[in-house]
Amino acid sequence: MLEITSIEKGIVIDHIQAGYGIQLFNYLKLDKAEYSVALIHNAFSQIMGKKDIIKINNAIDIDYDFLGLIDPNITINIIENGKITEKVKLEVPKVVKNIIICKNPRCVTSIETYFDQVFHLVDKEKRSYRCEYCDDIVIPYPK
Amino acid sequence: MLAGRSLIDPSDFTREEFREIFDLAHQIISNPEKYSKSCEGKILATLFYEPSTRTRFSFEAAMLRLGGKIIGFSEPNSSSAAKGESIADTIRTIECYADIAVMRHPKEGAPRVAGQYITMPLINAGDGGHQHPTQTLTDILTIERLKGNVENKVYGFCGDLKFGRTVHSLIKFLSNYEGVKFILISPEELRVPEYIREEIIKKNGIPFKEVEKMDPYMGELDFLYMTRVQRERFFNEEDYIRLKDRFILDMDKMKYAKEDTYILHPLPRVNEISIEVDADPRAQYFVQAKNGMFVRMALILKLLGIY
Repeated sequence: MLEITSIEKGIVIDHIQAGYGIQLFNYLKLDKAEYSVALIHNAFSQIMGKKDIIKINNAIDIDYDFLGLIDPNITINIIENGKITEKVKLEVPKVVKNIIICKNPRCVTSIETYFDQVFHLVDKEKRSYRCEYCDDIVIPYPK
Repeated sequence: MLAGRSLIDPSDFTREEFREIFDLAHQIISNPEKYSKSCEGKILATLFYEPSTRTRFSFEAAMLRLGGKIIGFSEPNSSSAAKGESIADTIRTIECYADIAVMRHPKEGAPRVAGQYITMPLINAGDGGHQHPTQTLTDILTIERLKGNVENKVYGFCGDLKFGRTVHSLIKFLSNYEGVKFILISPEELRVPEYIREEIIKKNGIPFKEVEKMDPYMGELDFLYMTRVQRERFFNEEDYIRLKDRFILDMDKMKYAKEDTYILHPLPRVNEISIEVDADPRAQYFVQAKNGMFVRMALILKLLGIY
């Protein structure tokens, strides 16, 4: 069994669907972090079978919208003095800005990019979103 | 209150607000002279980044018949767009000179972007294969003048329902009314986009069928809305050639239609309606084109807060 030491102060992002940990890691720019960070891929999970985990040994601001977009079942544990002090419950965001890029080649966002790329939630279960400008529907992170 | 507002998408106005526009349009048709000086001193800017005959001319004619003036360009090469100017910068500049603007653009959502940078009213005159709300005003005015109201009717849409922006706007508008049914006639590749089917038709509980033949359904329709398969929307010429002649309305097919089934078309037509159909009193597409000017007169007056 692989062992990663517990952290004193920071954040543990748990129950990430296996394979999505690296996307989250990159989005949070953790590859540039000067504090210790662990990305655990394909960890054993009784519920999920396999899961990814990210441990961040520092208190940082997390974009919960992005995490909710990837998977609202992700667990966020805030750690102080080596103990969990807060569990954050995620929700599928109703509106997301500048996270999803519209892939419709006919969309205005394909030629002009100085304004926010906005998407609106269409179906919470499917986690599908509609582009504010062209109405194209996308499922950015399929289950 | 419609004064100062923009019309980018049919969902921007309520049923009551659309009612105000149609009521005024009917009054203008009855007595156009009364409105001939209503827009004196006002300027309408027309920004057409894509070719247009009916829409641009009808907007310009509408403003001129209201006593106003027009400025603008009819193709992007004659504007700073050719130099790479952004939509935001162009519209902000135009706002310095005009009281109201009309924009057509090949990219979907371009008028929505433009509207974020100005306070003057902006009208979407067609954005790519997305929406064309003032064609819908034209269509609805025509439907009202032919049948009194839009409720409790079967609407057939035929041709390119995927890229047909006039179809998308009209379906979006009609889906707010009681008793409407849709028969969507197209090749499988040109069916309505997912957001129209799922977010508009199904969410509003509208009965609909998606079919690939016209004849068996002609007898059910109150209106048949024909559309052109648009070459400019295809990235692949072969697809266009394969699909363009799939549905052609001729007098043989008209025999299946009821005596009071009306044929509408946003125009331009290529060959999807045979010329012989034009003489049939049920063909109403040129009447539709004329109504477009009157309803745009009403829209301009409302957005400028003059009526």
